Amino acid sequence: MSGLRILRIGPAASVQDLGRPGLLGQGVSQGGAADPLALAEGAALLRQDPGFAALEMGGMGGEFEAAGPLRIALTGAPMAAALDGEALAWNASHRMEAGQRLSIGAARSGVYGYLHLGGGIATDPLLGARAVHLMAGLGQAAKAGDFLPGGQDQNMETGLALTAEDRFQGGELRIVESFQSHLFPDEVRSRFTATAFSRGSRANRMGIEMVSDGEGFAAAGQLNILSEVILPGDVQMTGDGKPFVLLRECQTTGGYPRIGTVLPCDLPKVAQAQAGAAFRFRWISLEEGLEAQAKSDAAVKALPSACKPLLRDPAAIRDLLSYQLISGAVSADADPFATGETQ
Amino acid sequence: MTSSQEAPAYPLIRRAGLNGLLVSFAGSLSEPSNRAALAFRSAVDALALDGVAETMASLASVFVRFDPSLLPHSVLEARLQDLLTAQDWSLAALPAGRRFWRVPTVYGTELAPQLAEAADAAGMTEAQAIDSLGSARVRVLTIGFAPGQPYLGSLGPEWDLPRQTGLTPKVPRGALVQAIRQFVLFATSAPTGWRHVGQTGLTLFEPEAAHPFALRPGDEMVFEPVSKPDFLKHCQEDSRRGGAIVSEIAA
Repeated sequence: MSGLRILRIGPAASVQDLGRPGLLGQGVSQGGAADPLALAEGAALLRQDPGFAALEMGGMGGEFEAAGPLRIALTGAPMAAALDGEALAWNASHRMEAGQRLSIGAARSGVYGYLHLGGGIATDPLLGARAVHLMAGLGQAAKAGDFLPGGQDQNMETGLALTAEDRFQGGELRIVESFQSHLFPDEVRSRFTATAFSRGSRANRMGIEMVSDGEGFAAAGQLNILSEVILPGDVQMTGDGKPFVLLRECQTTGGYPRIGTVLPCDLPKVAQAQAGAAFRFRWISLEEGLEAQAKSDAAVKALPSACKPLLRDPAAIRDLLSYQLISGAVSADADPFATGETQ
Repeated sequence: MTSSQEAPAYPLIRRAGLNGLLVSFAGSLSEPSNRAALAFRSAVDALALDGVAETMASLASVFVRFDPSLLPHSVLEARLQDLLTAQDWSLAALPAGRRFWRVPTVYGTELAPQLAEAADAAGMTEAQAIDSLGSARVRVLTIGFAPGQPYLGSLGPEWDLPRQTGLTPKVPRGALVQAIRQFVLFATSAPTGWRHVGQTGLTLFEPEAAHPFALRPGDEMVFEPVSKPDFLKHCQEDSRRGGAIVSEIAA
């Protein structure tokens, strides 16, 4: 079986897929990739199922050795990557041969980078998914010496690239009202969207702290509310009125009040923000929120057709002759860069 | 849609994020509000509406996650409103298939070191506390926070103890902890602000098993006092359940 042996790895790396929706009633939050858009991008680059698992690398990558020939793709927070010392493009798919070494450095912007394998990472599923969910005790962080088995790869294509949406610098977060918004006085709600926030130092796959100058954002009856369901994107106020944006691996229920819910399509910006990144929140109506989410869902579906052949400088390709330069039927007047589609 | 600005008049339906609705029966926990939540969730599941992705009952509410492109908010809200008015849910029968668990429990000793403190706060001797906690038949009110972990209640008003001001750094799996007229039985080893009054050998979550979750909301439990040697013997003979006995509750 082909796959990657982990020779060295950062402390916050784990296998992730789209998680385990449907187990809220059993106390298991969905979990899954902190940046699901990066999963979809990797799947598009490798022409495979967006539900396949990839290795999520928080802050820094690692070093990997191919056990056999395989395809890889690199997405999410851009990191310096090299194959046997030769630089590799990020947001692109590549081929590795047995024994080749891939090294991935620290994130240049953003937090979570993703390493995808052709056929997905085929670790044993638990409760219907491969996503490591540390809070639930499902699986473990990746460590040196681990083997990441590649699934059956149905495809050969590599050398594709995507222009990824820049979600690595903070920005505006659209927020809709939720069932506890009314606990916050109007004044607090307007001040919330008028405030400049930055990502605080407390941040993990469960939630991200937002810090600001001035007073906090307290609800009326802050400490007496009944524990209720938590949704990813909920902005929870702690006892002293500090906001945390909760992510997919948060607890399933909680007793701190939540001022509203960030749109799912804006959550990658939250997860990918480095400490200090600037944020603002903007209230939008349910209708606007549904429209924005639908537009984002459509863009994700269109990712496969947004993949283009990776432009290379032939002079920089050391082993030019090993590349298959003519593949399939090529028409003389076709624009080779017009589409990367293979349906 | 009920405006989130209005003062709550229960039961009420409110939006939860972009793709959820929350049906709440009360702003506080009571036997009728929890009964209503459990029964209503079963009724929503039985509707089997296209576009509903999952449901969950918390202490006094039911959450419904759905796909608004298949099932618009207004349509789902109308269906839930119809269902709400169909009967008095606080008098509804509890879901079928519930089970009764008798769980051997050691109270106090170094295995559950906060019994004395809790008994004191409740104004009882340790022996009285063991009698009281050990004879209470409690219901799984909801499962949450961690996989398979139940909130159990309700205990008598004498057990309406506040949480500790500080956290206990770690209680072991199977720990029975107490506060605010409830127990929580820990599915994993974790920190807690509740007092560790009993220890059981019951495993609540086994991710690799065919049935990974031992408990269902509505199940009932009694934490029967046993001596420490008996407890250890139960754990040795039955490492998964620590001697717990399960039976069906007749509908």
